[in-house]
Amino acid sequence: MTIAPDDVDTRTGSPAREVATMSMAAALNRALADAIEADPDVVVFGEDVGALGGVFRITDGLTARYGEERCFDTPLAESGIVGTAVGMAMNGMRPVVELQFDAFALPAFEQVVSHVAKLGNRTRGGMRMPLVIRIPFGGGIGGVEHHCDSSEAYYAHTPGLTVVSPSTPQDAYSLLRAAIASPDPVVFLEPKKLYWSKGEVDTSITAEIGSARIARDGTDVTLLAYGAAVPLAMEAAEAAASEGRSVQVVDVRSLSPFDDATVTAAVKSTGRAVVIAEAPGYASVASEIQARVFERCFEFLEAPVRRVTGFDVPYAPPKLEHWYLPDVDRVLDAIDTLHWDEEA
Amino acid sequence: MLHTEMLPRDTAVRLIDENGERVIDEHYALPDTDTLLRAYRGLVEGRRINDQAGALVRQGRLAVYPSSHGQEACQVGASLVLGESDWLFPTYRDSVAVISRGVEPADAMVLLKGDWHSGYDVRAHRVAPQATPLATQLLHAVGFAQAAKHRGEDTVVLALCGDGATSEGDFHEAMNFAAVFHVPVVFFVQNNEFAISVPLSRQTAAPSLAHKAIGYGMPGQRVDGNDVAAVLAVLGEAVDRARTGGGPSLIEAHTYRMQAHTNADDDTRYRERDEVQAWIARDPLLRLRAHLTETGVLDAEAEERFAAGAEEIAAAMRTALNTDADLDPEDLFRFVTDTRSPQLEEQWQLLRGEIERSQLAETESAHTGGAR
Repeated sequence: MTIAPDDVDTRTGSPAREVATMSMAAALNRALADAIEADPDVVVFGEDVGALGGVFRITDGLTARYGEERCFDTPLAESGIVGTAVGMAMNGMRPVVELQFDAFALPAFEQVVSHVAKLGNRTRGGMRMPLVIRIPFGGGIGGVEHHCDSSEAYYAHTPGLTVVSPSTPQDAYSLLRAAIASPDPVVFLEPKKLYWSKGEVDTSITAEIGSARIARDGTDVTLLAYGAAVPLAMEAAEAAASEGRSVQVVDVRSLSPFDDATVTAAVKSTGRAVVIAEAPGYASVASEIQARVFERCFEFLEAPVRRVTGFDVPYAPPKLEHWYLPDVDRVLDAIDTLHWDEEA
Repeated sequence: MLHTEMLPRDTAVRLIDENGERVIDEHYALPDTDTLLRAYRGLVEGRRINDQAGALVRQGRLAVYPSSHGQEACQVGASLVLGESDWLFPTYRDSVAVISRGVEPADAMVLLKGDWHSGYDVRAHRVAPQATPLATQLLHAVGFAQAAKHRGEDTVVLALCGDGATSEGDFHEAMNFAAVFHVPVVFFVQNNEFAISVPLSRQTAAPSLAHKAIGYGMPGQRVDGNDVAAVLAVLGEAVDRARTGGGPSLIEAHTYRMQAHTNADDDTRYRERDEVQAWIARDPLLRLRAHLTETGVLDAEAEERFAAGAEEIAAAMRTALNTDADLDPEDLFRFVTDTRSPQLEEQWQLLRGEIERSQLAETESAHTGGAR
């Protein structure tokens, strides 16, 4: 099946619909390629994104196919990568930059917070920042220190930034296309652990930033998760089902803006909720989600909303990582505390 | 380019000395008379703008003003070397350069007045918002120039910063990116000897700030920042080189901040009055006036005309800044993102309710003669 090019927005749409099973890494690569083809203003750059194709191969083949003009290596300098992207966006381009690992993005933090997030506002809309900052995100890959942090709270806390994280190849494709098409700056967090997970991708499906996704229907309890925590939630839901509990899973997907409507409706329908994320829980996105659910759903709740998060410690070394990361048992234990006896 | 050709001179380029006498330079030509007259007019206006802004701070009309008094030759030079398609990336101290580029003085003061974070149409004047964090805008300038090169546009980007900014990491990254990607950008450091209270000797151990250029593989040059003729010649050459594909360069102007960092600063704590006094003799305005008068270019009529023009600008500033802008609180939410999120809409509705209640209370208070 083919969609006529006339019916397609050149920034967001794909000229041809294709459906194929691929890894999240391949879906992201495809999204970048399709965006480069669809819009001459899109450029991809960062460290190692050229000949190497990125340390996770997300930009594999882009330089070979589209040339150095569209995908290129920069000097090793994160602030330089983001700061020059700001200048390019000021001059009408749509840069998509890769910052290799969560903690390596921190030298660019000033540029992200002081300029990427604020320029649209400072100029009263005169200069929008249509740029995307891709950051491989989270742990679970046995990486050594500085390679597995979860920095989403820093970005989500910053007004002006859109923060999204996909958990499926389909969302990886659709959300990245939407992020590149967005007039607002997007921090795009790619769960490293899921780069090699596979799923069906339909290139004609477009995503709306700011919307959560019901990943699994259920009636007893709602698990709220994003990124690598979503497959964990699905696994926990399956395990709980075998114990007779009907578990709903919501993939929050968009950390900022947040889809209160979907999340509120979901939790109201079950009356119980657990938020799952691997970042340290203190002052976290998980805390924010928990607070929002309490504010909006209090009278519908059968039990306090629980969080299952990473501990408030620096990300664990590889051999202790399995103790740090939320797992199915920890999620099931949390579910068990949700005042089931009182209902009986 | 040979690496020795990238090195700046041992002494700053100067074309008109402190007495207004012409200095013959084997490489740099004195700008033509018309250009010098335009520059002089710019200096007169720039000095008046600085003085007026200082007065407006004392009157409480400006929250703060970082004066460029004494640095007007750099400010005016930076504006005059740019063509129509070029862009200026200024800092908070560069209001005179911004105004010299055509921005209305009152619009350039919006940031300092406290109405908003930037007050002018950046695209209409090709002037980026005045940057407050140090050196961060140099990277924006590089990216902007990189995009211009990518699209084949005839745009040179002139990025301004001070001596303090050269210590920042972003300064290094901007120089390096600009040189590696060979983009049409000129970095112009106004070395005014102090970063608030910290002297140049604490910023660098290099022979000069312009010497840093060679480490990145671009030419550096030093210029007498109080000699507008030299600033125009040196910056002009750098802009021409950038425009014709010669890549970036770094120009360091040697100048002096005659006043405190801002009104909030007490410069008697960190520098001697004698030092400040000594720089009065090197004043950029008096120097050019002496030169133009001696050479018969500037007469009393032109002097009066320029002074009257500067007074008009000052009067317009006073009028504009003595008027309170009609600020709309919804603007707090309007520009954060292109699409307003449900969260921001909810917060705006909350604020709108508060505003309506306070207006109602004011009305009631008026009806009851203030009794509650």
